[in-house]
Amino acid sequence: MSDKDNWKIWEVFIRSRNGLSHKHVGSLHAPDEEMAIKNARDVYTRRSEGISIWVCPSESITASSPDESEPLFTPADDKVYRHPTFYEIPDEIGHM
Amino acid sequence: MDTKLLEYTLRLGDNALILGQRLVEWCGHGPVLEQDIALSNIALDQLGQARMLLQYAAEQKGEGFTEDKLAFFRPEEEFKNALILELPNEDWGFTLARQFYFDTYNYFLYSELLKSSDENIKAIAQKAIKEISYHAQWSAEWIIRLGDGTEESHHRIQKSIDDLWEWTGELFTKDEIDLFAENDNIGPNLDVIKENWHEKVSQILEIATLKKPEAEWMQSGGKQGSHTEYLGFILAEMQSLPRMYPEANW
Repeated sequence: MSDKDNWKIWEVFIRSRNGLSHKHVGSLHAPDEEMAIKNARDVYTRRSEGISIWVCPSESITASSPDESEPLFTPADDKVYRHPTFYEIPDEIGHM
Repeated sequence: MDTKLLEYTLRLGDNALILGQRLVEWCGHGPVLEQDIALSNIALDQLGQARMLLQYAAEQKGEGFTEDKLAFFRPEEEFKNALILELPNEDWGFTLARQFYFDTYNYFLYSELLKSSDENIKAIAQKAIKEISYHAQWSAEWIIRLGDGTEESHHRIQKSIDDLWEWTGELFTKDEIDLFAENDNIGPNLDVIKENWHEKVSQILEIATLKKPEAEWMQSGGKQGSHTEYLGFILAEMQSLPRMYPEANW
């Protein structure tokens, strides 16, 4: 048990209720996926936060590089017409 | 007041209370943060069950008794928990081996208490069984991991499984209270629980590549109020604050 090197890091995603998508809530340590789910249940759903859990090894996540943020994100800044701010969303639509 | 029903309720309540109190000692000391939280959750589940059961016991006792009065102002010999639950935690494996033995017992016991002729015990069992099912699954999984893990984990968990064996017999030894519960359909026939328990324990130990102990001599006395030297220390810690400040409030 002192050999914690084989306890990988996992990313945890929780669906809080039906109709919503899984949201990233944090990470944790676990030796395999089975225990990662159990740990996620104990660490992240103690206050009825969710009805479904996803876990995936952190190493499987590919992240964008902060150095690239300019070319990746700034071109969108001056394209306000892409934001749906010019019309009202009807109440029946629910979550957008 | 039915003193036998009260006695039966206290046994259930004290099992949950003393195990819960033992397990909270791990809080902040678990081998990894995630398991620290897992075990603390289980401790809290036990304390929650203890509250419901001791509330019911206090109601039966009347005379202004409360769950707190039962938890904090009873002397050692009036506690009716099984001895295995008051043993010190020792290492992680020992704590988990005890959980495995007890959770498995509790699972079969509470599955039967769902059919109790006593409405209160039945209602408590309905609430508790979901927690207990998770506990039993969780601790069995750990036994498999440790047994079928490294050479050291195998060796150490086998020792804990062996050392705790003689403390399991009491769970299934019937006395007049158990017979009363069985006859009035308040609780199950402990012979059946014993059979189910042995089957499950054998099955898990086999998957875990561990040897099931065979010794037949068993410790006894806890549920009648004769305890090991360890219970006094648990109570001293648990009861010191309310005894020093009886009016203390959150």
